[in-house]
Order: sequence, then structure tokens, then C-alpha cells
Amino acid sequence: MSGNVSAIGFFTRTRRAGRIDITDILSWLWLIGGTLAVLVPVLWAGMSSLKPEAEITRFPPTLLPRTAIQVEVQGFDKPLSLWNVTVDGETREMAMVRRIGLKAQMVDPANPGKPVSVDTRTISPVQRLTVATQNYTDPLTRFSFLTFLKNSVFVTFVATLLTLIVNALAAFALSKYRFRGDKAIFVLIISTLMIPLTVVMVPAYLVIVGVGLVDNLWGVIIPTVASPTGVFLLRQYMLTIPDELIEAARVDAASEFRIFWRIVLPLTAPALAVLAIFSVLWRWNDFLWPLIVLSSRENFTLQVGLNAFQGEFSVQWHYILAMTFLSLIPVTLVFLFLQRYITTGIAGTGMK
Amino acid sequence: MARAAGLADRALDLVMALFEAPINAIERVIGKGRMPYLFLAPNLVLFGIFTFLPIAIAIGYAFTGGADLLISNRPFVGLDNFRKLLACDSYLVPGSCEESLFWTAIWNTLWFVGFNVAATLLVALVTALILNRAIAARGFFRAMFFYPVLLSPVVIGLIWKWFLDRNGLLNAFLQMLGVPPEIFLLDVGWSRFFVVVVSVWFHMGFYTLILLAGLQAIPKDLYEAAAIDAATPSRTLFRITLPLLGPNLLVVLILLMIRSVQIFDEAWVLTNGGGPGTANTFIVQYIYQMAFAGDLRLYGLASAASVLMGLVLLVLTLVQLRLGKKVES
Repeated sequence: MSGNVSAIGFFTRTRRAGRIDITDILSWLWLIGGTLAVLVPVLWAGMSSLKPEAEITRFPPTLLPRTAIQVEVQGFDKPLSLWNVTVDGETREMAMVRRIGLKAQMVDPANPGKPVSVDTRTISPVQRLTVATQNYTDPLTRFSFLTFLKNSVFVTFVATLLTLIVNALAAFALSKYRFRGDKAIFVLIISTLMIPLTVVMVPAYLVIVGVGLVDNLWGVIIPTVASPTGVFLLRQYMLTIPDELIEAARVDAASEFRIFWRIVLPLTAPALAVLAIFSVLWRWNDFLWPLIVLSSRENFTLQVGLNAFQGEFSVQWHYILAMTFLSLIPVTLVFLFLQRYITTGIAGTGMK
Repeated sequence: MARAAGLADRALDLVMALFEAPINAIERVIGKGRMPYLFLAPNLVLFGIFTFLPIAIAIGYAFTGGADLLISNRPFVGLDNFRKLLACDSYLVPGSCEESLFWTAIWNTLWFVGFNVAATLLVALVTALILNRAIAARGFFRAMFFYPVLLSPVVIGLIWKWFLDRNGLLNAFLQMLGVPPEIFLLDVGWSRFFVVVVSVWFHMGFYTLILLAGLQAIPKDLYEAAAIDAATPSRTLFRITLPLLGPNLLVVLILLMIRSVQIFDEAWVLTNGGGPGTANTFIVQYIYQMAFAGDLRLYGLASAASVLMGLVLLVLTLVQLRLGKKVES
């Protein structure tokens, strides 16, 4: 078999031949390489977010968060840095008193006597594994990240709740009733898929100005609530609910709202769960729209806050990365536990 | 779990108790037959206010000038905004255009769309074909490739900015290989290259998933028949897999184009707002800057640019819908 044919073969074979050949190896290389490409930048940011400020820009970087050790030594006002020093063929940890050119004066921290002079090229700093938790605690207390976090949680929660109710109501009307204009309304709603935010963001902002919701979290929430993908997903699911259930309830004199709330909505739970997951991800990650609508710091969501923060403190990577990682956590949890629902949801509807 | 379900039940009861009486009163007034209109009302009102009204406003504003927000205070300027955007000695040279940033953004966007669509499609197709094989830990790999799709563009911009930093991991690797460090995001060529890399990294998992669904819909007996006929793997790929995947590929291609044209968030964060210079300033950023970032808020010019971009996207979407119909039939 020529190399060319086997390279194509590794794309096409769907049944395992029972032996490992070059195509399996190439497949594995691709998959493992891809996995590394996904993980390395993310994990690198995570590791870096644990490093102290002084260590984070060290080049070449260390893998683990380490920091130089300082010790209190009797007879000295300030803490001294600890170094590995080789004296008389024996390596010891000593504290540095001062450094003059290529010479450094060191003392034994436990037994500070007369400083010894050593060549700085032969010493190396003593480092310990240290996790810089202040990278996380500082932004949450000193800067407004707790506010950003609160705003993001509020927007995500309220918008998702409203998205579920408003779109479930519309889907119910479009799946369980025959009425004048039902098809036209369905097409109208689906056609809004063709109008992305980027096209209407300028006039949509003007509408927000008109209704007085500029720089208000509700101005971020309300325009996102009606979702064509949401209506579509829920309607397709509700179509599978047998009409006999609804007829039986009508015979029992149930009101239309009761039928929706008590019969159809609980039966739609799986589709509602998929829409809820998507809505949480959409709203948590939203950037451009909140960036346009929100102008004062106390109203920023986490994404807008992160962007503003990195603009203002562009050298403070230890804080930026810590907050980046913090905003990654909820999404990663959703991914770990609900990945199956998301992937089937996308494969089924082609939505994102 | 049981407790959560109980709580949800009680929440549902509460809403029922609050809303049932007024909604039933409406039902008695308008009759059961008109209830679906009531159920549709919230949705349609929101779409009307935040989607259809803005389209009308965008078209209206595109023909007005000035920096005032109120349409009544805005002078009618006819086609001036469009003329300004389109006035150009040579469309190939943005500097010769009256609104040179607009044409810089258009050319940047076109180049980005070209490279991004080709790269994403290739990577997603290869990954989907591999994941379609009976390979161990398939679910794990599929999930791994999909993970970035869920992340926020700001987070992705920052993670990669750090990775590509002067003191970042990539430069550390390069130094190990003896290559001098490079400030990638301050170099025109490298920054453009990495905007595409980051975009592929971000979105390929989504397209992989769609292509994989298409591959798994190809009937298995076709492959069995091919095996009986002792067809070579390349023949199977070009005669069965790709032709049957073709319509799916076209849909993915158009979807990718529609989304690539709208590149903004992650590129904006990664390149510090379109830099170096205007090397990564794309069309959405141009609209954003004209309307919201400048001292003078040029809503008319931004609306005109939005309308032009909307028309391009509309054409692409209509093509997609036609192709989508073909896939179904």
C-alpha cells in the first residue's frame, strides 16, 4: 500500500481491523496533539494565576508557582532573602546581607555571626512552592470584581429564567394550536435568526436609550430574552407531546394556562434543560452587547469588567489571569457535568 | 435531588397561584381560540422592539447625519453616508478611500474570512473523520475539542494574549529551540496569523460536531458494500463519504462565512483593540468605533455600514437556507 493511499485510508475506515497500523498512529497523534493544543494555553493561564506578582513575568518561566524565601535574622531589621551557598564543598542555606558587584555577604540565619563573602555566580535563591491566593482575594476585595461577579450571576439567572418562560409560551402556542397566521408568525420568528446582533447593535442601542435602560442590567437582559433558537427547539419538542393529553384536560375544564403550566411545561423538561444550559452559557459569556449598554463600573458584568481591567492594569497579569480563571470555572463545571446534553443539543439543532 | 424537585414544584405552584386568576379572566373575555395570541405576545413584542424596530431605525439613521441621538434632530442627508463609505479611487488601496478605515476593515475582514474558513473547515473535517472511526476514548476527545466553544471570547483573548506574551510559554518553547523571543502581537504578520489560530482553536469543535453528525448519518451498509467490492480507502472517501457529506459541508461553509464576517470579541481583546495599528481592525469593530467609541458618535455612518454588512449576511443566509432545504430533501 502506498503512503498516499494509507493516509487517506486513515480517514475512511470505520471498522477496526484488529491490528494497529500507521493510520491508527496518525489518528492518535492528531487527537493527542489537538487535546494538548486545547489544554496547554488554558492550563498555562491557570498555573500562572497562582504565581506571585514577582514571579509571573520571570523568563524563562517556571512551571510551578514558586517564590523566593525570606527569613528573619537576629540583628537585622528587614527580612533577608535565603540562598543556596556552597562553602567548602558543602551546600548550605544562607541569608544575604548585601550584594556588592560580584560578591555577596552571607550569614547563617540560625547562628548569625560575621558575614562571609561569596561569589554571586555560585549561589542560587531558595524557592518554595507557594500559591499566591492574594491574586484571587485582592481583586475580589480591593477592586470591584465581587460586584462584576454579582452582576453576571444576576444577568445570567434572570435572563435564563425569562428566556425559558417567554419562549416556552410562544412554542406552546405554535405547536398546540391552529390559528390564523400561525405559520406566518413561526416563519417571522425563525427569520430573526438572519439578523445577528452585530447588524442591529447601533439601532438596538438607540432603542435601549429610548426606553431608558442605558447603563442598566435590565438593558442587557431584556433584548436577549426572545430567542428564535429557543422557540424552535421547544416547539419541535412540544410537537411530540400527544394532543390527547391536552384534549383530556380540556374535557376536565382546565384553563389553557393550566394546560400549559401543569401538563405541557413539565413534559418539556428535557428540552427546557438544553435551552437553559445554552442560555446560561450565552449570557455568562456575552461581551459586545453589555459593553455597549453598560457604562459605569458598578454595573459591569464579569466579561466587561475583565476587559476594562486588562485595559487599565495591563501589566498586572497576576490579577488578570486570576480573574480570567475565576470566570472560567462555572463554564468548566457546566462542561464537565452537562457536556452530553450540549453536544446532542448542537448536533440536533445546529445552534450555538 | 428529590428536595430540588420538591422546591421546583413549589415554585411552579406559586407562579400558578399568582398568575392563574388574571390569565383565566383574560381567557373568559377573549375566548379560548384567541389564547395562542396571548401566549405569543411577550415573544413578539420583544422581537418587535429589539429586532424589527432596530432594522427600521438602522435604515432610517443610515440616511441622516450629525451626532445627535434623536432622529428628529438629525438632518436628512440622503445617500451621503453610503457615498462617503463607498467613495474610493481604488478599492484595492484603502488609503485612497475617503473613509479609509472602513476599507482597511473590509480588506482585513476578507483576508480573515478566507484564511479562517479554509483553516477551520480543514481542521474540523479531519477531526470529524478521525472521530468517526472506531477509536478508543472517542467521547473524551470529542469533548476535549468541544471545550473551547463554551468559553467566553474575553477569556479566550486573555488566555492567548498571555500565552503569546513576550514572557509567555510560546517564547519559552522557542528559546529552548534557540529561536530568539518575539512579541507576536505587536507584529503585523504574526498578529494576523494568531487571530486566525485563536479563531480556529475557539470554534472548530462546533463545526466538528456538525460534520460528525453528518458522517454518522451515512448508512453503514454503503461501507459494507464498498468493503465487499474491495474498494480502496481513497475510493471510499471520494465516492461515498465526501459526496454524501457534501451538502453538510456546504452548510458548514456558509455558516462559517456568516460567523467569520462578524469577527470581533476575541480579536478585539487579543489585539488590544485591533492592533498593531489597524492590522486587525475588522468591520464590526469599525461599526462599534464609529457609533460608540469616538468623541463624535457617528450613528449615521455606523448604521450605513451596518446596513451594508447586513445585506452581505442576508445573501449568505439565503444561500444557506436554500442549501439547507437541499440537504433535507
